[in-house]
Amino acid sequence: MDARLVISPQPLLRRVMTHPRLTATIHGWLLLLPAMALLALFTHWPAVATFIDSFYSTPRPRRPSRFVGLDNYQQILADPVFWQSLWNNLLFALGTIPVSIALALLMAVWVNDRIVGRTAVRMAYFTPTVLPMIAVANIWLFFYTPQYGLLEQITALFGAEPRNWLGSKDTALFAVTLVAIWKEAGFFMIFYLAALQSISPSLAEAAALEGASRWTFFRRVQFPLLMPTTLFVLVNAVINAFRMVDHIVVMTRGGPDNATSLLLFYIYQVGFNFWDTTYAAALTTVLLVLLALVALLQYGWLERRIHYR
Amino acid sequence: MAEVELEEVTKSWGGAPAVDRVSFSARTGDLVALLGPSGCGKSTTLRLIAGLETASSGTIRIAGRDVTARPPATRGVSMVFQNYALFPHLTVAENIVFGLKVRDVPKAEREARLKRAAGILGLEKLLDRKPSQLSGGQQQRVALGRAIVAETPVCLMDEPLSNLDAQLRVEMRREIRALQKRLGMTMLYVTHDQVEAMTMADQVVLMKDGRIEQDGPPAELYESPATIFTARFVGTPPMNVLPASVLAAAGAPMAGHGPQGRPLGGLAIGIRPEDARLAETGAEATVAAVEYLGADTLVEARVRDHPFIVRLPGRAAVDVGGQIRLAWEPGRAHWFDLSSQRRIA
Repeated sequence: MDARLVISPQPLLRRVMTHPRLTATIHGWLLLLPAMALLALFTHWPAVATFIDSFYSTPRPRRPSRFVGLDNYQQILADPVFWQSLWNNLLFALGTIPVSIALALLMAVWVNDRIVGRTAVRMAYFTPTVLPMIAVANIWLFFYTPQYGLLEQITALFGAEPRNWLGSKDTALFAVTLVAIWKEAGFFMIFYLAALQSISPSLAEAAALEGASRWTFFRRVQFPLLMPTTLFVLVNAVINAFRMVDHIVVMTRGGPDNATSLLLFYIYQVGFNFWDTTYAAALTTVLLVLLALVALLQYGWLERRIHYR
Repeated sequence: MAEVELEEVTKSWGGAPAVDRVSFSARTGDLVALLGPSGCGKSTTLRLIAGLETASSGTIRIAGRDVTARPPATRGVSMVFQNYALFPHLTVAENIVFGLKVRDVPKAEREARLKRAAGILGLEKLLDRKPSQLSGGQQQRVALGRAIVAETPVCLMDEPLSNLDAQLRVEMRREIRALQKRLGMTMLYVTHDQVEAMTMADQVVLMKDGRIEQDGPPAELYESPATIFTARFVGTPPMNVLPASVLAAAGAPMAGHGPQGRPLGGLAIGIRPEDARLAETGAEATVAAVEYLGADTLVEARVRDHPFIVRLPGRAAVDVGGQIRLAWEPGRAHWFDLSSQRRIA
């Protein structure tokens, strides 16, 4: 072969590599590449694929997948279990979000004060957050166990009627809501605690000199200054309320009679128990749209009344 | 009449007391400066008076009432904090009337007091702003406004000017003093800056290590300092305090003994830089540095390895490394006992 025809890649590569701005750009993209590849592969592409799949029928051995338009969404509208799950989820959200946030705030304000053993108390409050939800669910499963569970043993002392907390349609949703509150409050407390500690102690002293009571100081100063944290916590709480599913799987499997079936649990059931994957994809799309709407609403409404430091 | 009175007040957190048996009183309508280096207990003393700390022992009286065990709100004091402690989410107006709202002062009176305070401090145009939109000096005014509208007889200030730049500090110094006189407030003013204390105060309480070093009018602290510490803390550049024997050996004219016929061995002599002059005879010294300031010149000399600063009017004709002789009026010399560090009359 004629040596002159072999074009060495060296000069071009060297030119590219020595051009400073180009080099910086290439380095930047190279550094971003691993994380971006993983995100695209496991988050962005599945999200898009889910959306696309929701317009197709689920492939069966004899019937390949085909485009069905909005059929899956029409099926959702007519699906009583979906509506039941949505309703359950709303109740679950309404139960967990305000209560866990209020509790978190209360605990944070308390352990922020100079009390004896506050490190121990802080740790105690934070422990539920550290535990995996599966473990938490198992602990509470024991609490709720009929006859010899902890709760039963205590209520029996007061002569209360024995109850099957998780087995009854009336109490099951309440029981799993309580677990979620117990798990979440400590986590949100940490954010509130961090925010409280960034408030200058001289503000409390100034308020004390002006004659403000503990409550007035909280209402007029601490709470307004905590609003950015509250918004952050609120968004997280809403997302968690629709995302938390582990304890349902462990404790009730959506039962009894779908009384504790939450949206995500229902999606999981449809997708991986019934293997109706495209219907599950449509449900997922609905859930994501719902969450997006809620988040937009929160930011739109709260953003304007928040003081950012 | 004494508006604020402290009697043997001590505060300790375990170890050495931060405030150690402090007693002083502030007359009604006076501005009293609590002066001292950092860690001397002046801020703690102020916080004890405010009720933000509780005294370990001793009595604090405000307007004749024993307030030692009372909460801050009922002591009849307002306070301006070092960082101003303005509520960042409230407007200037809301910040100023915060305390009035808390105390359920009727709206009409709130407005009237706010208007008056804003007028006095020139804050009328800033009332709708948030503290973050104000300059340091403006924030300082808002904090002052909060203290003014409270209309308490006693106003406490914790290093209120330390966050301002030098020029603004001089302005605010005058303004605070004028305001205090105009409103007839009794003001306790914590500062580590002796110039601030000297220029503003009717009475200076100089503290060191939790104890009062000297308590008196500024001129008294300057003219007859009770201890070597006071002598060197008040006045810039500080007073030259040298062992008497060193000065005598260097040729300073003295009778061979100090006041009351005490031998020179255990004594020290303090000479203010402005009281020393160059002379034909006197203590021998070597010029180590010359600082020309315009109106006068600071000459840093060494008398047998002891530094000695002289302030000479105008431009002084001395060269670094040159030999000079220092003299002073015998009446301007301050005598101290070296072992007790205290003044000898």
